[in-house]
Amino acid sequence: MPNSAALEPIQHINVKLFALPAAPEGVLDAAIPVFHRWIQNSACPELLIDVADYRHVPDGPGVILIGHEANYSLDCEGGRLGLLYNRKTRSEGSFEQRLRLSYQRALQAAQLLEREPEFAGVLKFDPACLEVVVNDRLLAPNTEQTWRLLKPHVQSVFREMLGERALALDWISSDPRERFRVRVDASGPSSESETAA
Amino acid sequence: MKASNSLWRERLAAQMPPQLAREIDVFESELTLRKQGKIDEKVFAETRLRRGCYGQRYDNGQRHDGIAARTLRYPSGELIKGPNTLWDAPGMQRIKVPFGGLNARQLEVLAELAEEYADGIAHVTTRQDFQLHFVHIEDTPSIMRRLAAVGITTREACGNSVRNVTGCPLAGVCRDEVFDVTPYAKACAYFLLGHPDCQDFGRKFKISFSGCRDKPCALARIHDIGLIAATRMEDGRLRRGFEVYVGGGLGPVPYQAKLFTEFLPAEELLPTAQAIARIFARLGEKKNRNRARLKFLVEKLGIDEFRRLVAEERAALPHDPAWTSYLPEAERFEETPSRPPSQLVPLESSNGGGFARWMATNVYRQRQPGYVTVTVRLPLGDITAHQLRKLADAARRYTPEAVRTTVEQNIVLRWVSEADLPALYEELKQAKLAAPGAGTIADITACPGTDTCKLGISASRGLARELERRFQHEGDALDGAARSLRIKISGCFNSCGQHHVADLGFYGVSRNKYNYTVPHFQVVLGGQWSENGGAYGLAVAAVPSKRIPEAVDRITKKFLAERIEGETFQQYVKRTGKAALKQALEDLTEVPPHEVDASYYTDWGDAREFTTEDIGIGECAGEVVSSADFQLAASEREVFEAQLLLDRGEVQAAAKLALEAMLHGARALLNLPQNAAVEDQVVVDEFRRQFYDTQLFFDPFVGGTFANHFFRAWESRHEPPTSDGVRRLVSEAQLFIDACHSCRGRLAAGSAKR
Repeated sequence: MPNSAALEPIQHINVKLFALPAAPEGVLDAAIPVFHRWIQNSACPELLIDVADYRHVPDGPGVILIGHEANYSLDCEGGRLGLLYNRKTRSEGSFEQRLRLSYQRALQAAQLLEREPEFAGVLKFDPACLEVVVNDRLLAPNTEQTWRLLKPHVQSVFREMLGERALALDWISSDPRERFRVRVDASGPSSESETAA
Repeated sequence: MKASNSLWRERLAAQMPPQLAREIDVFESELTLRKQGKIDEKVFAETRLRRGCYGQRYDNGQRHDGIAARTLRYPSGELIKGPNTLWDAPGMQRIKVPFGGLNARQLEVLAELAEEYADGIAHVTTRQDFQLHFVHIEDTPSIMRRLAAVGITTREACGNSVRNVTGCPLAGVCRDEVFDVTPYAKACAYFLLGHPDCQDFGRKFKISFSGCRDKPCALARIHDIGLIAATRMEDGRLRRGFEVYVGGGLGPVPYQAKLFTEFLPAEELLPTAQAIARIFARLGEKKNRNRARLKFLVEKLGIDEFRRLVAEERAALPHDPAWTSYLPEAERFEETPSRPPSQLVPLESSNGGGFARWMATNVYRQRQPGYVTVTVRLPLGDITAHQLRKLADAARRYTPEAVRTTVEQNIVLRWVSEADLPALYEELKQAKLAAPGAGTIADITACPGTDTCKLGISASRGLARELERRFQHEGDALDGAARSLRIKISGCFNSCGQHHVADLGFYGVSRNKYNYTVPHFQVVLGGQWSENGGAYGLAVAAVPSKRIPEAVDRITKKFLAERIEGETFQQYVKRTGKAALKQALEDLTEVPPHEVDASYYTDWGDAREFTTEDIGIGECAGEVVSSADFQLAASEREVFEAQLLLDRGEVQAAAKLALEAMLHGARALLNLPQNAAVEDQVVVDEFRRQFYDTQLFFDPFVGGTFANHFFRAWESRHEPPTSDGVRRLVSEAQLFIDACHSCRGRLAAGSAKR
């Protein structure tokens, strides 16, 4: 069994929910007024501060709603659009509770975004297709050891969150310089798998 | 904020230079003490600035969200990290990169920091630094330690200190340079870093090294000390040295540097820089920040007296072996390529037109046969963490890790063997780093502006983004003469986007229209980018932000249609005259009422209405506005005409009219009827009483500076005018009138609230 003491310090868990393919062009443009509105309405539990516009950066962070505890963004990293929840401050509870919180916040924001008039019917996220990134290389280096430590917990959380669907976990291990990253996919018909990509 | 903050110190202990590690420990202690309220906030503010930790927009905890000004309630409450700067508010971390030189590992660390502590972006500045935005102050010691472990310091990146020493990114490979200035720039940067003689400045101090006189790569003439490589034959030996300029600077009122000496021997470089620093520390202004740059001291003393004082100071300095110990190595310094030289094999058709377009604009043939320098064009100076890693890979694979940032917010890879170009292009293309158009009209420089800067008035990056988007589609269709123009944009009058030296420069201002505040940019035409920033442009007209793309389109088309074969843009502007250029833009200055087109009342990339308050229209306010409008229009016209007179060499008349423009601006605020028989002295006195003494006129960031321009112009009205002096007076008059517009906007908002 993994050492729970080793898990304790791991914070800053990011979750990116991928958009379903065929998101229309101009989706990033529309995110700017939406995020400004979210600040006006305090639409998220975090303290929301400002909107950062990186539409000009190819495969970049897109449009970011800067918050104190976390950022939300319509993110294009890796050439794939998604709603990214980037946890900046510590969160309470166990690793699994922290992962669950990040996932729930990402999901809530994605659902809120889908309901915005600018995106209604044109932008849809898949709650079962996502990436988990630990944004701290010192506490969670992109290594086999981290993968072995975190895998059962990631698995446990998403089995619980996504129900009985087949769950595929892929550790993106190709570049040790990258942050620790796991792709979670329960959207397809494939049988359950755990791989290191 | 980061859970791992407490661990980096121990983890990196063996990798950090001891002195740097100690400095960061001290900073961390000061940070803790400030958190406990045991260090004065002003002292801590300067401390953190000297470590590169700068404030960001809204860090006073107030932000207008488009509906109302709201308080940002951070967990740390009222705890502050400087006057009016909340502890938890995101800040900016500036990272000094002397002469822009970086290796692959350093790029990778920058990538890590951008991801873990900022918003995923590393931003290259107009002075070859990197900046990370939205950083929490408590993460900064970890950032500094991780940088220190790869040989980078943030020390004196901000604050009243010697800022990043910049240098030509082509130094050592340039076809035109006199010699490679790299080792001299490096020696100067590290000699002055933390030097006791550089710790008591009234303001910042900027130094730049250029390898040649004619090219703009290091902009030597806009610096406090600008050094241009020069040689001289002495006793049958070729001696290295520098042509030295002092007292240059942009800012609200740009100053051309004055020639200090035509030849300063290399062995005198460091002691002379030290002597200048000592003179600046001793005699430079300390109380009034807005007159505290070296340029004001040089102007006040006169270049001859300044030169004499420096010589005297130099003679009295005790010898320091560091002045010359680096010289033998500097003379031998040469980068060694990692790949053999080669010739580019004629292109395969599979490379397509993209490669050829990229080759035409982004590849520079080095003076060393078989090698080229490749420019990686970064949109608005931004690069992602993933791209930084890919760039590090390319730097390792194709170069001796010879990477440099540029003052045009790009990155260059030097010593690429020509035959490697197709493979390098493919790698850069994969990383989305192969955008063509480096050094063209599409390669726009912009400061952070309202995106993150506390001083920003208009959205310089938003405008740059929009212009780049248009040029992406239309740029190739432009004639070569227009394609090579430079566009530079600043969000305010402080000129961080270096608009004064652009062909087409813009700086953010605001104008009151129909009781709303409307974002505008002043159009500044005819600045000179070449010859190290050899001449400054002058403001032609304030155009609403949303119409600037039309203004660019109109000016470039007019230039192409009317230019004489071989004519440069500067020559064209001079020949055409600013009056005709202003006239060409006249209709674009119109702003439709809000109910007709609300888009004018927001800025590029920002959905919020530009005003800081919802402004009601009262009858009283309406009358005041109407009168002020009339007077301010007169002042705008007069300052423009003053520019024209100056261009014609009618210095005295220009000075007179610039002062009249300022008087008109003051009358507008005093709400005096156009032809009221009120003595000018009364206008000045009343303006001082009603607007200066009450601080109503004060700009939130530069205080009473613009009013002081007015008072100084009035007090010196009988002095014989000089060409340089009047050029500054005209610029100051424009700034004063811009400030009148802002003040009027604030007053209107105030009366609406009441």
